[in-house]
Amino acid sequence: MEVTVKTARQLRLTEQEFELITQKLGRTPNFNELCAFSAMWSEHCSYKNSIKWLKTLPREGGRMLVKAGEENAGLMDIGDGLGVVFKIESHNHPSAIEPFQGAATGVGGIHRDIFTMGARPIAALNSLRFGNLEEDKTQHLLSGVVHGIGHYGNCFGVPTVGGEIYFDQCYHTNPLVNAMSVGIVKAGETVSAIASGKGNPVMFVGSATGKDGIGGASFASADITAESTQDLPAVQVGDPFQEKKLLEACLEVIQTGAVVGMQDMGAAGIICSTAEMSAKGEAGMRIDLDKVPARQSNMKAWELLLSESQERMLLVAEKGREDEVQKVFDKWDLPCSMIGEVTDDGILNFYMHGELEASLPAHELVLGGGAPQYDREYREPAYFAEIKKFDPSKIEVPGNFKIIAEQIIRLPSIASKRWIYTQYDSMVGTVNSSTNLPSDAAIVRVKGTTKGIAVTTDCNSRYVYADPYKGAMIAVSEAARNIVCSGGQPVGVTNCLNFGNPYDPEVYYQFVQAVKGMGEACLKFDTPVTGGNVSFYNQNPDGPVYPTPTIGMVGLLENIDHKMTLGYRSEGDLLYVLGEMTNDINCSEYLHKICGVAFSPAPHFDLDDEHKLQQKTLELISQNMILSAHDVSEGGLFVTLCESGFNCELGFSVITNNSCRKDAWLFGEGQSRILVSVELEKVSEFENALGDLPFEKIGVVTTGEMVIDGDFWGTIDWWKEEYDTAIENYLAKEQAGSALISI
Amino acid sequence: MKFGVVVFPGSNCDRDMQDALADDLNLDVSMLWHKDKDLSRFNTEDCIILPGGFSFGDYLRCGAIARFSPMMQSVVEFANAGGKVLGVCNGFQVLCESALLPGALLRNENQQFVCKNVFIKDQEDNLFKIPVAHGEGRYYADETTLNELEANDQVIFRYCDENGKITASANPNGALRNIAGICNKNRNVFGMMPHPERACSEVLGNTDGRAIIKNLLLAEQLVIQ
Repeated sequence: MEVTVKTARQLRLTEQEFELITQKLGRTPNFNELCAFSAMWSEHCSYKNSIKWLKTLPREGGRMLVKAGEENAGLMDIGDGLGVVFKIESHNHPSAIEPFQGAATGVGGIHRDIFTMGARPIAALNSLRFGNLEEDKTQHLLSGVVHGIGHYGNCFGVPTVGGEIYFDQCYHTNPLVNAMSVGIVKAGETVSAIASGKGNPVMFVGSATGKDGIGGASFASADITAESTQDLPAVQVGDPFQEKKLLEACLEVIQTGAVVGMQDMGAAGIICSTAEMSAKGEAGMRIDLDKVPARQSNMKAWELLLSESQERMLLVAEKGREDEVQKVFDKWDLPCSMIGEVTDDGILNFYMHGELEASLPAHELVLGGGAPQYDREYREPAYFAEIKKFDPSKIEVPGNFKIIAEQIIRLPSIASKRWIYTQYDSMVGTVNSSTNLPSDAAIVRVKGTTKGIAVTTDCNSRYVYADPYKGAMIAVSEAARNIVCSGGQPVGVTNCLNFGNPYDPEVYYQFVQAVKGMGEACLKFDTPVTGGNVSFYNQNPDGPVYPTPTIGMVGLLENIDHKMTLGYRSEGDLLYVLGEMTNDINCSEYLHKICGVAFSPAPHFDLDDEHKLQQKTLELISQNMILSAHDVSEGGLFVTLCESGFNCELGFSVITNNSCRKDAWLFGEGQSRILVSVELEKVSEFENALGDLPFEKIGVVTTGEMVIDGDFWGTIDWWKEEYDTAIENYLAKEQAGSALISI
Repeated sequence: MKFGVVVFPGSNCDRDMQDALADDLNLDVSMLWHKDKDLSRFNTEDCIILPGGFSFGDYLRCGAIARFSPMMQSVVEFANAGGKVLGVCNGFQVLCESALLPGALLRNENQQFVCKNVFIKDQEDNLFKIPVAHGEGRYYADETTLNELEANDQVIFRYCDENGKITASANPNGALRNIAGICNKNRNVFGMMPHPERACSEVLGNTDGRAIIKNLLLAEQLVIQ
């Protein structure tokens, strides 16, 4: 088969890239080689359109033990000879086409990134975005994704401890499925994704290779169109049981000391793992592709190179110690094949039945090596003009706040996600301390120590859409605030940058500004970005999704017994808002969903004020000054007040403040505010301790009544029922349908 | 008294059980690999636990493959000799598949996996808050078997509400007669869907599981009525 520019274009490479490849090889690549470049130089693997800006993020310092991007996931020191390993990754495109398998393999992939480094995953989170929940398509995607995440995570045996879900029309065609995993590793037991030592055997472990997921990496690097369902083979199929065995076997094989390096096979399969491990060790490999266990006969070289069949690992062992490795995998009934050896010439030579099928310099394939890096053009989006036009004074302050509050508590982005999270095993592993005593971030214990790890994912993408720079700062700040409200010290970030098509200058503007804002906030909170993932092309003929730079943040509690919870404690405790109450309805769920205003600026936010608020809150927690802490976010202070009462069946009586609009006071989403409750006896001591921090004393905890400005709004139980059942009521139709099918 | 926890490929509550028994209840516990057969260090005063999880990926049917593992042959002999055996969640499913306990665990009535705290009560009306986490936990047996279980006091736990009332809405999976756990006629083999090992540690905010394990397995004399 003759390879031309046309072939390259079909493989989603540009003409310039094809020329570059020819130049680097000093010859025209054959089809196998071109396929390898197509996968490795896809956005998904090479970060070619993003790396320039990603490098501007704070990527070292703090407790970091490996530099960002050097390994499969971030690794940070938590003391006592332990490290926390964490990463978030997207599986948006597969989930848009086949929600169950797309989401399931997203979960599988992120856990592999963690245990390939020698860490045992102890917690999972996910950040999801869907379109309007009233639509059948959204309900189909939601139930498929939730089922997929549960199916994989529950069987694999790692608790899903947290996450977030938003519903907005912009995600109708392009849902977002971001999965995060957090693991713990002992210092000295980490494994690197490196190939070195000439003659060392290259071993292939786990499932056989089939034709599933071929071209997945480049599939994820294009817009979703009506024809995308024809890419179905680009979606992988997951087997969580196989992965569970792989986890146990990999952790056990590391104990033998015979492992030189290990990398999971995710995007771009064999070609990616061989190239990245070799490039890192400045080595090469000779691989016999016919020795790779295949699920079907007559698979071609390029299919074997690119397949994204799941639950596979590439492992380099010390020569002469193959038997020790083999023995462990035999114990777990996992196939383990010798498929080649490490060489010292930097070249990947792939053979099939003795014939050389591809010969590629490893370095030229990878990020940081020969993969191209682009400067993309950007310009301020035209819709900014609409945002600037917004005038809050034109929004009439409503007369009946209770009716609006009832609508707000039932909004799918605000209402309880009970229908979703009860389908996830959140308690396996016996580490999740948030089941019975919830906090803003989930707190998992580190067994064998007194420590706790606080984890959260956050991003309000409407704020980012309104102001990418400020919105991304808010995403980082909210994550840090959630950790602080739980009594944790924020330590590090992993990010999942979900954007539209990077060749659209307005989309790229959003990306650049968001990265800048994120970087500034991460510097302020001393939370370096340890790694993550970029997902462009979340776009369809109707346009891009909201820019969604999801932040996964990890925090540390030296003593888990000192964690702070979000629920009220007792009747009569005083309620305070820490931080300034602002006269601000911008970008709120209230303004967007109830008043129907699509364009408004991001809510009030000041990074210095936020930082001061968080420092003070940590101080108050360590001085035992407060009994509960819950940050004010979507739905405003009203929703915050309710949520703090829901799990303890206590209510509140509050007085609003005349200095701002009553709708802003109740439903506004001005940032940098935390609701705390304080014991009556400690009130003066508490107020003194606040120093110059703005605060407002707003009311008192009740036995269950909800009273606002003296008006009785009913009891907390009634509101809880509305909150708990809202999403279930939306889905009632869908559930009735699926029950019929299963009969 | 010694405890052994069987590890099947796909077991994922094995370590949780080990930690609860060893760290929270200070008991002597060791792990048993499914390919081994040797139970000679255990006597009938001891207890073998089949943990929760997805043994053999739940392929074919929950617990259907695990019952053929070498260790299960020894566990059946151990049970028949009077040794105590407790199966939790997937372990309960394995016990039913192995015919050590009657009945079967079917797909939850609403077709969904469910993980949450529920309430159960034992035969003496003690109330426990306890997590469940399963997709196939709907206890089923034919009427004759159910009546026999009741007649012999073999129903050891039922789902109930927080006040101890046995109601349909307190039943998380549609189990017949709200059955959450049963034992065999000889009262030495126990199966339950809820996870006591997930409610043994103070840091998790619920220690109701300790009493369940103690009452079932550590009592000097088992309650025989």
